[in-house]
Amino acid sequence: MREIQYRDAICEALDEEMARDGNVLLLGEDVAFIGGNFKTSVGLYEKYGDLRVKDTPISEAGFVGMGVGMALTGLRPVVELMFSDFLLVAADQAINQMAKIRYMSGGQAAVPMVIRAPIGGGRSSAAQHSQSMQAMVSHFPGMKVLVPSTAQEAKGLLKSAIRDDNPVVFFEHKMEYSNKFEIDDSIELIPIGQADIKRAGDDITIAATSSQVMKSLAAADALAKEGVSCEVVDLRSIIPLDRATIIESVRKTGKLLIVDEAYEFCGIGAEIGMNVMEDVFYDLDAPIARIATPNVPLPFSPALEFPIIPSAEKIVERVRAMCL
Amino acid sequence: MAKKLTKAQRLGFYETMYRMRRFEEEVFEFYKRGAMPGLAHLYLGQEAVATGVCAALNADDYIGSSHRGHGHLVARGADLGKMMAEILGKETGYSHGKGGSMHIMALDKGILGANGIVGGEIPIATGAAYSAVYRGTKQVAVSFFGDSATNEGTFHESINMAAAWKLPCLYVIENNLYGISVDIRDVTNTENLADRAKGYGIPGIVCDGMDVEAVYAAAEEAVAWARRGKGPTIIECKTYRWQGHHVGDPGDYRMRRDGKEKEKWMKKCPVAGFRKKLLKDGFPESMILALEAKADAEVRAAAAFAEDSPYPDAPEAFTDIFV
Repeated sequence: MREIQYRDAICEALDEEMARDGNVLLLGEDVAFIGGNFKTSVGLYEKYGDLRVKDTPISEAGFVGMGVGMALTGLRPVVELMFSDFLLVAADQAINQMAKIRYMSGGQAAVPMVIRAPIGGGRSSAAQHSQSMQAMVSHFPGMKVLVPSTAQEAKGLLKSAIRDDNPVVFFEHKMEYSNKFEIDDSIELIPIGQADIKRAGDDITIAATSSQVMKSLAAADALAKEGVSCEVVDLRSIIPLDRATIIESVRKTGKLLIVDEAYEFCGIGAEIGMNVMEDVFYDLDAPIARIATPNVPLPFSPALEFPIIPSAEKIVERVRAMCL
Repeated sequence: MAKKLTKAQRLGFYETMYRMRRFEEEVFEFYKRGAMPGLAHLYLGQEAVATGVCAALNADDYIGSSHRGHGHLVARGADLGKMMAEILGKETGYSHGKGGSMHIMALDKGILGANGIVGGEIPIATGAAYSAVYRGTKQVAVSFFGDSATNEGTFHESINMAAAWKLPCLYVIENNLYGISVDIRDVTNTENLADRAKGYGIPGIVCDGMDVEAVYAAAEEAVAWARRGKGPTIIECKTYRWQGHHVGDPGDYRMRRDGKEKEKWMKKCPVAGFRKKLLKDGFPESMILALEAKADAEVRAAAAFAEDSPYPDAPEAFTDIFV
């Protein structure tokens, strides 16, 4: 085990995959000369050169679309969007092109491409730089959608994403970039579509994504002191969704709380709750619950923003209401 | 300066344009008989553009095609039966009926997909051009799109990047004057759309899109430029579509500026005009008739194949989403 920052785990994954496969390249805004807005590609430009690590103009639709063209012609592009909010600028190329071309071609084409995009609030970045787009993207068929939690997931899932022959949207949480995690180097790849039980427990299942996994674990620590045993399931992947792990856990605990930072309405909690309902309904001891960001644009002031986004305190409070 | 065309090349141009014409007429017949699901955007009238441009390409070059894309496929030698079957939504179509007229992909012919989103193919073709540079090949990519796509952001974003990085890409504007019913002259203050090339610091060529030899000359020049590593070119082909936006649109709105507009353009028919030219240049009519008979038979066979083919089974809808 060694300690590593989340951002360096991303950078290591990119570096190792680029070294392994000459068809992997990175493009996006500020990825080359300064090593990424969040410093997730430091040193790669110097190591792999201008053609493989490409600073693009601010043309999100243009360079996401170029990624599609590259992927159709033998390359494996990793396209970085500086903020997941910018996916909306490139939505046609990501959703109508990248995700649908294989289907529209009747299986002739594959689009082995990764879009990396940071999600999440907490930086006083206001309504256009703080959103979590995993629910919106998951609405559309044709893409895999990953929400890594720790540096281990960030590295192992990104490497799997780059090797996957399908389009993958890879959401990194911007509040985790500077955080340090223990990483086990004997785990090289994390399979896409497998949830991970980060903490075993008996009283309630907390199914969480991305940064909310760490918040759920903190909440579980606090709740243990009150005698509540939480099972924390790190979903890791929204598409494909590991239903079996969630269902098995809920059958054991009898309660399910879903925690995700995207907007609540039509969100991840709504989908997962409904998705497993038929399988767990008769095992439930309480209604399925969710914690998400309420449907307001993310505000700027910390005094307004922090009460809005999910937190360990909110998780503790909700679990208490469900279990005590 | 363009090389003198050989007799075989000129006959080939005619044969391709005639095949395209007949194919689209057959598609229109299916529509009129109610045998075609949905709609199709016919290439009738624009045959010289796809024929001239594709004649300047190699077999391994790439094409990003548009919703009006049947002509590009025919010009690349795509299988007419599989095309027609796709247009009719049949199992034997290029995409097993999942794409239809607007999305016929023939990857083996370098067709990276036809696009239902105006301007959607422009960045994709640009990425293919980047890929060619990356892999160190001499391939070029061509993006075909209509006049209206030049007002999409993807046009600007893509050409800006292709120019900055000298990518081997041709941007072919098929200026048929209308985006559905809207006259490009009413929404754009640029007489020649290729003039926008100046803004990107790249060559822009305006050519007669009803003259296959003129289109070929422009494309040949742009392809040579691209293969020499000089970067992209915008080629604007002035052309016209015989039908409205799609098979169900008579396109009468085009008469508001000039009641004889369509009539005038039809006098410049690229197929009939080139046939006349070949005869004048001494090609025996028997030779032309033989080519026509061959193309007629090919199109009839494609239509029969498509019509006789089964529809896909309903579970087919759930395949080909992921690898």
